[in-house]
Amino acid sequence: MTTAATTSATDSGLRQTRLLETYGIWLVVLVMMIALSFLSETFFSLLNLTNILKQNATASLLALGMFLVIVTAGIDLSVGSILALAMVSSAVAAQAGLPWWAVLLVGPLVGMVCGALNGLGLTILRLPHPFIMTLGMLNIARGATNLVSGGVPIAGIDPQVRYLGQAEFDLSFIQDGAGLPVSLLVVAACVIGLWVMLNATPMGRHIYAIGGNPQSARVSGINVDRVLVWVYTICGGLAGLAGLLLIGRTGSAFPNAGLGAELDAIAAVIIGGASFFGGRGTVAGCIAGVIIMGLLRNGLNLMDVSVFWQQILIGFIIVGAVYFDVVRRRASFRI
Amino acid sequence: MHASTTSAPPILQARDVSKFFGAITALRGVNLQLMPGEVLGVVGDNGAGKSTLMKVLSGLFAPSEGEIVFEGRTIQMQSPRDSRRIGIEMVYQDLALAGNMPIHENIFLGREVQKPLLGLPLLNKKAQREMAQEHLNRLKIHVKSVDQNVEDLSGGQRQAVAIARATAFDAKVVIMDEPTAALAIKEVGKVLDLIHILKEQKVAVIIISHRMDDIFYACDRVMALYQGTNFAESSIANTSRNEVIGWIMGTKGNTTALAHDGMVQ
Repeated sequence: MTTAATTSATDSGLRQTRLLETYGIWLVVLVMMIALSFLSETFFSLLNLTNILKQNATASLLALGMFLVIVTAGIDLSVGSILALAMVSSAVAAQAGLPWWAVLLVGPLVGMVCGALNGLGLTILRLPHPFIMTLGMLNIARGATNLVSGGVPIAGIDPQVRYLGQAEFDLSFIQDGAGLPVSLLVVAACVIGLWVMLNATPMGRHIYAIGGNPQSARVSGINVDRVLVWVYTICGGLAGLAGLLLIGRTGSAFPNAGLGAELDAIAAVIIGGASFFGGRGTVAGCIAGVIIMGLLRNGLNLMDVSVFWQQILIGFIIVGAVYFDVVRRRASFRI
Repeated sequence: MHASTTSAPPILQARDVSKFFGAITALRGVNLQLMPGEVLGVVGDNGAGKSTLMKVLSGLFAPSEGEIVFEGRTIQMQSPRDSRRIGIEMVYQDLALAGNMPIHENIFLGREVQKPLLGLPLLNKKAQREMAQEHLNRLKIHVKSVDQNVEDLSGGQRQAVAIARATAFDAKVVIMDEPTAALAIKEVGKVLDLIHILKEQKVAVIIISHRMDDIFYACDRVMALYQGTNFAESSIANTSRNEVIGWIMGTKGNTTALAHDGMVQ
């Protein structure tokens, strides 16, 4: 009786700690939103909020893919370039007369192929760190992007292709001009899919195990190479999908799209509490990281703070977030 | 020497196993026999080939020459997955646990309990927790909760979890590499008692250890490797600590005095 009681007490204690660790970051989001609604009159309007969601849909997908890779203690520097290559490939395919539904598949497929190449290069060539392979892919995909597009933007994308990135469900009955962006639903579907995979399937647990202790994963009979190839393929596929959303939002495929986007994605993942050392972090935290960066940019814009200051601030926040991670790790090695 | 052949056949055998790494010979014509339910100690100096032999037996390395026989059949193992499938488990010296994951997930890592839904291979964490707890109870291992992350456990508890993982799926043979080397003294006894519990449950165990206390407390038989070859073996009842220490140093028939002299020189 007593032992059962103490067991359940420590169980609930454990769960509380873990809950706070997982969702504490959302308190930061909440505090930021409250602060911003006091600081700016326009912030808490439906129009502005949906705008934030739309602007950050692309960044969210890149960050989700990056998150998956970082959980395995890896890194993917090529997502920005893959996004651009997916965009121009889709546009070229559309110009070549492919039906719109086939054009929709081009971006994600190009992304998956690039991601799979990252994964295969990493595991077959046994390169010392994913940094190398994906740095290579950053250049290869960007170069291919400029080659395919001739270095100039390609406009004239069909409305069907633009639908996912541009369309909104009309919410003007609540507030004039407001709408629920379809891109938000795309992001939501990816979040749910990724959450289920990571938390409720063996594959997801293997991904965490590889990040925690690759040796342990290997001797447990997990095919580490195969899992890694999948992880980089999914990351690339999400970058391709992100490209599709960006085409929709901007209406053109521009070869400079996503320059430096990989660094924003890494920043969002780290701010969201994932450990750079792998094995730690949650999908919800990752999205919170994207929203924190989005809110920060949006709020500072509304308050007319220069973009230069915004960048400096984000820099400080990245360092602060990782310092927090370091402190937490030190605390967990207290034994 | 082989009185054992009169009773049950060995569960695991290495026959004339050699292992080369390039120009280096790690093992040369090594034989090993393990009886069902037996605890065998393997001793030897650093570089004697103990760890290599264990990695060959657990499928991590393929032997360059010779064969591995399990339950009377020659087996080819490509990876630890193959050895685990037939019931040979290894507990590594560095424990090979994922510290960022809970105890129950470590126990079932690579062999998760599943509850497919619409073709999706979903995990059954509830069953996994219960089965993990039952298994720990069976081995008399006490932890606060199977939801604790492994990194929050003491060294002895981690070793216990590693052993629990090795025995969770009806293992027939468990190989332990220096199971007590990294432990605080008060935790060593618990791990050795755990080996006794495994023996009661008819699991055959191979222990690699430098510690004579471990060998003489837990083992039925001891064999020594020296420079990659079989050097000597004996039942525990027919040998002494000093003789075994002599084997490790490559000398036979040592008396107490000689063994100590050998150590001083």
